[in-house]
Amino acid sequence: METPEQIRDRLLARFPGATVTLVVNPGASGQHSLLLDPANARAIAVFLRDDPVLRLDYCSNATGVDWPEKEIVETTKVSVPDPAGGAPKIVEQKTKRIQPGYLEAVYHLYSMALKTGPVIIRLRTGNRTDQVALPSLTPVWRACEFQEREIFDLYGIVFTDHPDLRRILMWDEFKDHPMRKDYVEPDDYEWEPTAHDEVLVRAKAHAAAAAPAPVAPPPAEAPQP
Amino acid sequence: MIESPSSPLAPLAGAHVRAVHDAFHGDLLEVSMGPHHPSTHGVFRMMVTLDGETVVKLKPVFGYLHRNHEKLGENTTYLGSMPYTDRLDYFCSMTNNWAYALAVEKLAGQAVPDRAEYLRVILAELTRLLNHTCLAGFLLQDAGASGTPLMYAFREREKILDLFESLSGSRMMCNYQRFGGCRVDPTPAWFDAARRVTEEYPRFLDEYEALITGNEILMARTQGVGRLSAALAVSAGITGPMLRACGVDYDLRKAEPYGFYSRFEFRVPLGDHGDTYDRYMIRILEMRESVKILQQALRDIPAGPIFDSKAKIRAFRPKAGEAYGRIEGPKGEIGFYLISDGTGNPYRYRIRPPSFVNLTVLEDMCLGHTIADAVIILGSIDIVLGEVDR
Amino acid sequence: MSDTPVITRQDRDELRRQGILLTSIEEVYNWGRSRSVWPLQFGLACCAIEMIAASMARFDIARFGSEVFRPSPRQADLLIVSGTVTKKMAPQVVRLWNQMPEPKYCIAMGACAISGGPFKQGYNVLKGIDRFIPVDIYIPGCPPRPEALLHGLMELQKKMRGEKLTGPDVPRNKQPDNPCEYPVPEFGAHDLEPAKNPDIWQPPAPVRPDKP
Repeated sequence: METPEQIRDRLLARFPGATVTLVVNPGASGQHSLLLDPANARAIAVFLRDDPVLRLDYCSNATGVDWPEKEIVETTKVSVPDPAGGAPKIVEQKTKRIQPGYLEAVYHLYSMALKTGPVIIRLRTGNRTDQVALPSLTPVWRACEFQEREIFDLYGIVFTDHPDLRRILMWDEFKDHPMRKDYVEPDDYEWEPTAHDEVLVRAKAHAAAAAPAPVAPPPAEAPQP
Repeated sequence: MIESPSSPLAPLAGAHVRAVHDAFHGDLLEVSMGPHHPSTHGVFRMMVTLDGETVVKLKPVFGYLHRNHEKLGENTTYLGSMPYTDRLDYFCSMTNNWAYALAVEKLAGQAVPDRAEYLRVILAELTRLLNHTCLAGFLLQDAGASGTPLMYAFREREKILDLFESLSGSRMMCNYQRFGGCRVDPTPAWFDAARRVTEEYPRFLDEYEALITGNEILMARTQGVGRLSAALAVSAGITGPMLRACGVDYDLRKAEPYGFYSRFEFRVPLGDHGDTYDRYMIRILEMRESVKILQQALRDIPAGPIFDSKAKIRAFRPKAGEAYGRIEGPKGEIGFYLISDGTGNPYRYRIRPPSFVNLTVLEDMCLGHTIADAVIILGSIDIVLGEVDR
Repeated sequence: MSDTPVITRQDRDELRRQGILLTSIEEVYNWGRSRSVWPLQFGLACCAIEMIAASMARFDIARFGSEVFRPSPRQADLLIVSGTVTKKMAPQVVRLWNQMPEPKYCIAMGACAISGGPFKQGYNVLKGIDRFIPVDIYIPGCPPRPEALLHGLMELQKKMRGEKLTGPDVPRNKQPDNPCEYPVPEFGAHDLEPAKNPDIWQPPAPVRPDKP
């Protein structure tokens, strides 16, 4: 089995216009991945599947990950010239930078023929609002058909050329993408039969928001279950 | 019955549907089977288009048991997700536990003591017996053998559930594996009981096979029904007994031995036709192999600790990174994909559900068969909705 | 004429001990129907497997006259909500309940059907089926053992035997303002609409005795 670096170099030689970046995994598992650019992703996927050395005929897992934009504070040391003419001072300067958010699709590829793997490829969208299209890999591996529909449903990545891109788990009228990190679930915490403090806080927040509608014990004439 | 076309890209369901549509000219009837239907396993729903009794289009509808497992997993600790994995595929809580523990151990780089590895193999193979027995019962139930085969299957299930209950405290929701080992050490009496169940199991299989395997009605209903080609199965990511019924030799216990599976002698049964009957037979044969593994494991299990003493249970914070761990569950390859950002909760917690992906080819297998056959084909895939919808 | 029966229950029991069977229409009617409760063959999640196990040889629900699981709601007396009710599934559960003929009963089996259980914080999980249909018996557990289901069934039979045929305290199905049809919620853009049926379920005040 080739290392991800070797696969990257081979892909760059085979597809001169493509961008293939190695994403290093700092964890103990050592499963590094390859970041592909969406324009060439389909062609590269077909190559990975059909290449006689790799033969990645089996896409085990396809999933989405949400990376919302986050503020990164970088501390850099800048030398400031002394106006009095003395030696320049070293001053720590903090710069704030907004790292733009994006959605990511991750594919875990294995070879059933050679019993090797995994090779992990990732695709990233431009942002989280209007540039959310990625090429579908369902024409390359049928295994992605339902899994990409699930990513579309829960994360909102639109897969172009997917044969049947509809919501799969939530109902068709549903508007949100619930697996995104900024999803706000509907407030139906009227009452909690459990005694957990955290959920009790939520129930109290609901009661405060629902005011002035009185939150009272059930009226006596209501049919008792 | 439908071969995959030789194109550079993988075959799609839509292409076959249109071809079959053109061949028929009758009035089409659209039927919604489910989510409440006695023959769908749980709350599964199929939108079926029929020409007479023949299926010309079949679209599965999911989500009626979507319990937001992955979102809950992101909002709880690593250990807090362990009981939730029991409820994924509620026949196979032990293998779900193992798959999750394996993924977390990969993420954190944790070792597992020998005795715990043996225990995991024993419990996983007991789970495989349990799952395949119940599947055979439900498949026969779907074929119209109302009651009796399912009662035989559930009689055997209770024996294994008693083992699970005396070990973990719960019949179905065992919550037994931990990152770096297992929760409690079985007593010698437990091992005696496990040996007794293992020794008696082949007798049950003989009895069951004498009733079912050569049964003419079962053969007429299942042979040649729901054929799946090996090329389509590989492309569609089919795993488990369903893949091996097509003749593809891919069992993670052999292909990528996790745990201590490389220490055991067993064979991987393969099918020839990829039809419903082969899928039934593969499971029966796998049960016999599981009994062999159990006998070896119960004989060889060493003494020692069952939990890595250096492992942390509380305040468990693996360093940033990601890991994908997978095992050969009874229904197919169950995997967990975890991304850690260094905090106590996983940043991303993804389950690779075998029966969800195996449903990809349901339409391809059902086209051209009657609606009654579609019920058996669905039964032979072996789905559990807790895992399909999560 | 007063409502008090001339022959009390104690009198009847005493006569029975002497070998004389004296009974009432109400008692025979309730005795008969409580011994042949036909559940709907309707499983949702994990609890459904324990429901099947309860109907198998070891636990044998047939001892209580309830082994006839009906595939159609039109033939069923008892809806066992066995498992997590998701928001996508809730309208179908209410529809099934509406299709069952009166007198009908509902058992909420397991923590999920009662309150959402371990999945309560999920965005697609209904926090208790009693928000939409009236529940007669709650069986806690995750999942409840088959014995617990049998106990719930016996409690239901006890409840049925105590029901009156006439008078002011007749059961729900004999009250004149009993709604035959319960409103079926619809799928909205973010949640079910409505999210609960206020006629049958009102939340209690969210306070705890020890933490006011």
